[in-house]
Amino acid sequence: MSKMQINITVNGKKQELLAEPRELLIHVLRERLGVTGPHVGCDTSHCGACTVDMDGKSVKACTVFAAQANGADITTIEGLGGPDGLHVLQQMFKEHHGLQCGFCTPGMITRAYRLLQEIPNPSEEEVRFGMAGNLCRCTGYQNIVKAILAAAAELNAAKEAAQ
Amino acid sequence: MYETSYHRAESVEEAAKKMGTAEGGKYVAGGQTLIPTMKQRLASPDALIDLRHIPDMKGISINGKDVRIGAATTHAEVASSADLDAVCPGIASLAGHIGDPHVRHMGTIGGSIANNDPAADYPAAMLALGAAIHTNKREIAAGDFFAGMFETALEEDEIITAVSFTAPEKCAYSKFPNPASRYAMAGVFVARTGDDVRVAVTGAGMDGVFRWEEAESALGSNFAASALEGLAVNEGEMLSDIHGSAEYRANLVKVMAMRAIAEAG
Repeated sequence: MSKMQINITVNGKKQELLAEPRELLIHVLRERLGVTGPHVGCDTSHCGACTVDMDGKSVKACTVFAAQANGADITTIEGLGGPDGLHVLQQMFKEHHGLQCGFCTPGMITRAYRLLQEIPNPSEEEVRFGMAGNLCRCTGYQNIVKAILAAAAELNAAKEAAQ
Repeated sequence: MYETSYHRAESVEEAAKKMGTAEGGKYVAGGQTLIPTMKQRLASPDALIDLRHIPDMKGISINGKDVRIGAATTHAEVASSADLDAVCPGIASLAGHIGDPHVRHMGTIGGSIANNDPAADYPAAMLALGAAIHTNKREIAAGDFFAGMFETALEEDEIITAVSFTAPEKCAYSKFPNPASRYAMAGVFVARTGDDVRVAVTGAGMDGVFRWEEAESALGSNFAASALEGLAVNEGEMLSDIHGSAEYRANLVKVMAMRAIAEAG
């Protein structure tokens, strides 16, 4: 099959590439663009390790064709923060030990980033419900939830201080 | 995944025309069922025709009690519509509990109905609300649309463009989700307008979504959970699999129905 021209913005940078129609967004990100933060955990649309933000919505990049994402604006964990400047969520995951092996963490944080925009001041129950698409096989979730609630408090305090 | 081709349609007419030129094409909207199915090589369409960006197929319009939802409207959009929640809270709440947030951002009402998964949520709402399924060719009553597991009245190249219904006086949906997949083990949508009560069940029936008519007549004269006490769905018609026996599902149907009635009030 002939390849298709795909234009996407990834973490603020415009990218043009050729992809097969059957190619998934996760593979374009990881293998063609070297954006390896989003992981392939299950490849069966269950685990959410591949979570990215597409046009302001959390999606599983293993369940979106690159062609469907043509024209979209994608944010991955790399776009949120890095070693030189951690995002509040990254800081809080570190502080509250919101990970063990770390494999699910990029997806967790990318989803939590969107969740805190959907619900800036969530209850514990809202965090658990809002994170339902992201699985972790190590932590039992307790510290992940703590980290997200702490990040929400931190972000809200910063917002108040700015006003 | 087998090779395929992809075409993003700008209009319903263009999509239908494109389907006519494909040998074994499939329409894709959110792709949340189709993509996993293609990965397992259980589907191998030679062409994918994307309906997600067709403007005429998107959005929710409400005129008094009359509701119309475009087929390419996502579950997240249905769940978060305050106007819809005000006239028909049952369907907004149903949409908010499909799958997980990621699935709700991509998946569409049209896709769910066209797929008619026996454990999908929307078919129960369509049946209980007496919805009309609008396609590019005709209008089909929900009662004539769902034709058994993964089977519908749709022709190969037919496209669902919208669904419409008149909001009932009261309605609610209650489901017992499979803890892993969040598909319904049993989901019951109850809709009431005056003495007319409809009870539609998904996730439990061997032939997919069905109306529990015995419950409907009992509730017509007494709209209370207690009206179901002496009733039971036929176990012989319930699904039995690794997730639950027919006996278990039959019980779940009754419990979910009672919860939905209590919630509808």
